[in-house]
Amino acid sequence: MSRFKKGEKKSTPTGSSGSISDIVFMLLFFFMVTTQMRDTENKVMVTMPQASEVVKLERKDLSSYINVGTPTRTYQAQYGTDSRIQLNDSFKTVSDIRDFIAAERDAMSEADRQFMTTVIKADENVRMGIITDIKQELRRCSALKIMYAATRKSE
Amino acid sequence: MGKKTPAINSSSTADIAFLLLCYFLMTTTMGSNTGLQRRLPPMPDANQKAEDQKVNRRNIIVVKINSADRILAGTDPIDVSQLKDKIKIFLTNPTDDPSLPEKTMTDIEGFGEYAVSKGVISLQNDRGTSYHAYIAVQNELVKAVNELRDEFATRNYGRDFNACTSDQQEIIKKAVPQNISEAEPKDVSRK
Repeated sequence: MSRFKKGEKKSTPTGSSGSISDIVFMLLFFFMVTTQMRDTENKVMVTMPQASEVVKLERKDLSSYINVGTPTRTYQAQYGTDSRIQLNDSFKTVSDIRDFIAAERDAMSEADRQFMTTVIKADENVRMGIITDIKQELRRCSALKIMYAATRKSE
Repeated sequence: MGKKTPAINSSSTADIAFLLLCYFLMTTTMGSNTGLQRRLPPMPDANQKAEDQKVNRRNIIVVKINSADRILAGTDPIDVSQLKDKIKIFLTNPTDDPSLPEKTMTDIEGFGEYAVSKGVISLQNDRGTSYHAYIAVQNELVKAVNELRDEFATRNYGRDFNACTSDQQEIIKKAVPQNISEAEPKDVSRK
């Protein structure tokens, strides 16, 4: 009996903290798998419109993005507050879309080119004029699969 | 001599892993890209006459959005909230109205004969239309088609379109096609 009493006096042993790193690494891998690298810095402000019938983009790697919106505050002095097109990392005009699409297409394998989707990420306050210009240019480049980016409306 | 090397304190590996974790949290996006998918019509050939794509007048409904975001469906002005029902009536033509689109009996593989509507929705917008209104209208058009597909699926397979197998979905897509044409840009306000 005395042996047990002796044991009770002992302070509780500290939990091994060696497994914390394993847990954190697991979290790390989770985030590495579920997220994707932010490829471009947003230079235009985009508040996407809401829609209830949205579908998910199937092949993220086969999509190219055209951002349309008002330049962010840092660029407003240079580019004004009118809606601008952003391709990759810089402000472009409608006529640059052709080269952009050609470059995106070249980066894909032959078999994947037909599945290329152009995602138009436009701010909800943009006028349709600029969007129409983009659409016409895309038709000229025969990049016909497009997607209007929109967020799911919570109803 | 014979001295044991002390165990390296491993508690800091957790901190290192946390730093890495924070780095990935900052540089990546939880990209859930959603949107409305569309297929643009190919650019018409310059030598080709535009005439050969003539569609019967009753088979087409023109939805126009002007620069003040007002909507005109067919001949009368309409609110966004009513657009879906109008499109549904247009596409189903329940009373076989001669002013609404005709239906053709089409043999769908794996299903049989079905009267497929020949209706086409033509969407026209002004340069001054706001993108917000445009997407709202696009959404209503897609919603009308989706609801019709759901109804078809419930009638024939007893479940929603999304719950159907991919073969069934193909059949439904053929029976209730999504014919939304994004017309050549036009200045709507000038008319």
